[in-house]
Amino acid sequence: MQALWNWFAGLHDRTGINLTIFYDAFDRHRFAEGFLTTVKLAVVCMVLSVAIGVIGAWLQGSKLRLLRAIVYWYIQFFRNTPPLVQLYFFYFGVGAVLRTSGPGGFAHPVVSNVAWAILSLSFYAGAFNVEIFRSGIEAVPRATVEAAEALGYSRFGAYGHIVLPLAFRICLPALNNNLVNLVKATTLAYAISVPEMLWVSSQIWSDELNVPEMMSVLLICYVGLVGVLVFVMHRWEKAMHVPGLGSAARTR
Amino acid sequence: MNRRLGWFEPLPQATDLPVLLPTAERRAPRSPAELWSGLPRIRLRAWHGLALGLVFTLSAGFAEAQTGAGRPSVVATLIKWTPLLFSGFLFNIAISVLAMAGGTAVGIFLGLGQIARRAPVRGVAWLVTHFFRNAPWLVLLFFCMYLLPFQVTVFGTTVPLPDWVKATFGLALPVMANVAEIVRGAVQSIPSAQWESAAALAFTRRQIIWMIILPQGMKRMLPPWMNLYAILAMDTVLASIVGVNEVMTLTGDALGAESRPELLLPFYSYILIWFFLYCYPIALWTTRLERRFAVDR
Repeated sequence: MQALWNWFAGLHDRTGINLTIFYDAFDRHRFAEGFLTTVKLAVVCMVLSVAIGVIGAWLQGSKLRLLRAIVYWYIQFFRNTPPLVQLYFFYFGVGAVLRTSGPGGFAHPVVSNVAWAILSLSFYAGAFNVEIFRSGIEAVPRATVEAAEALGYSRFGAYGHIVLPLAFRICLPALNNNLVNLVKATTLAYAISVPEMLWVSSQIWSDELNVPEMMSVLLICYVGLVGVLVFVMHRWEKAMHVPGLGSAARTR
Repeated sequence: MNRRLGWFEPLPQATDLPVLLPTAERRAPRSPAELWSGLPRIRLRAWHGLALGLVFTLSAGFAEAQTGAGRPSVVATLIKWTPLLFSGFLFNIAISVLAMAGGTAVGIFLGLGQIARRAPVRGVAWLVTHFFRNAPWLVLLFFCMYLLPFQVTVFGTTVPLPDWVKATFGLALPVMANVAEIVRGAVQSIPSAQWESAAALAFTRRQIIWMIILPQGMKRMLPPWMNLYAILAMDTVLASIVGVNEVMTLTGDALGAESRPELLLPFYSYILIWFFLYCYPIALWTTRLERRFAVDR
């Protein structure tokens, strides 16, 4: 390993290409942490947003008018405002109100910037997911649900065992699109200084003055990350494709 | 009868999962355009604007109530800053229009490149499109902001590249990739009989694309293209992160100069109303076109 790092140090001496993230242990550690933060942020937001989507879609079919109204307003708010504005709204608006006095009497935020980024991005993608799942659920015939009820399933049981698995396969292409967009949107967390890959890179290039190198690394890392995700999702989409329902694979 | 699903798929015949078949046509998620272009579909309603107006009025009212004696009223403060903020907003519009124009011009050729007959051209076009589609917008914006020089010398004349021009380049790249996908999808959605009959009438391939396929594909391209523009117009605020003096940056500066925290919500909702007024007609028109073209078919 050390030989590889030395090679990059030598590369700097020979060509001036200054990739400190390889030969400098401190920068290497920083960048790795940033990369991991981006991955964690993306994974946590994906899981949360899918959970929000499933629950929201279920609530949309609820008999209570109030619940349906809440979901409706939630979707309207998060769909029609830019995610950056939502992030600012949560962090600077709501976050400024939610403060306690910490040690030394200083105002101390209750929810950290990382948590706000996770919440805000999950809610943003979740709003789309609710509609995506809803469209999938609507495609499951009423007769199928009735058949499940006739077999003694409760509403919840039928939803979990019959409707959702079918709906999931139908809406997977749309869901994948949205999740890919979500991963790209994690860069917005930079605006509230969450230490993810973009933020860490900006720290490194201001310390080391190696903007072109870091920019290239950053771009390659992001394209790689999203590319892998798209590839995996695509394979999954193909595997989960409902036979007889048009080829989802050709849409992207 | 060969029914069409959404915009792109004929309903296949064979199936081994009959449980969903009766609803196959409802399978397509609510907006096929959304799935197809990979971008969220902007659906603005008039009441969204009213809601924004309500937020603005209420927050301005609260701010007014908190304004101490002897200080200028909220409305007076807003009017004072409006010319400056509006000049910033014009930058946003200029960035979005230029990025869209540039991105579209290159994107059309990139999209056509993806259906070229030469495999290397196809490969390169595919790679470029997917590279810029997979890169986050903000990273591309950073890339252009930091790596483009502040001036370029062309034939001895030095052309300065101010921040907002660099931001335009940064936003034009993802637009280009998305337009390429829109063009490719539209071209591929045209029935192959169109190609064959045009070829039978002795049109060359270039003529077929420019005179027969693209004009017909226009119907399918226009709604997602306009939707892309609406998204781009809203995303120009990303330029504030990289320090372009556009409307969000200027609003922040104005609030800093006033240092009255109660003005935060009135100012930002005021700006949001501008964006709404700009994007709403586009969204409305997109929906109308989509509907008209859907009936047409």
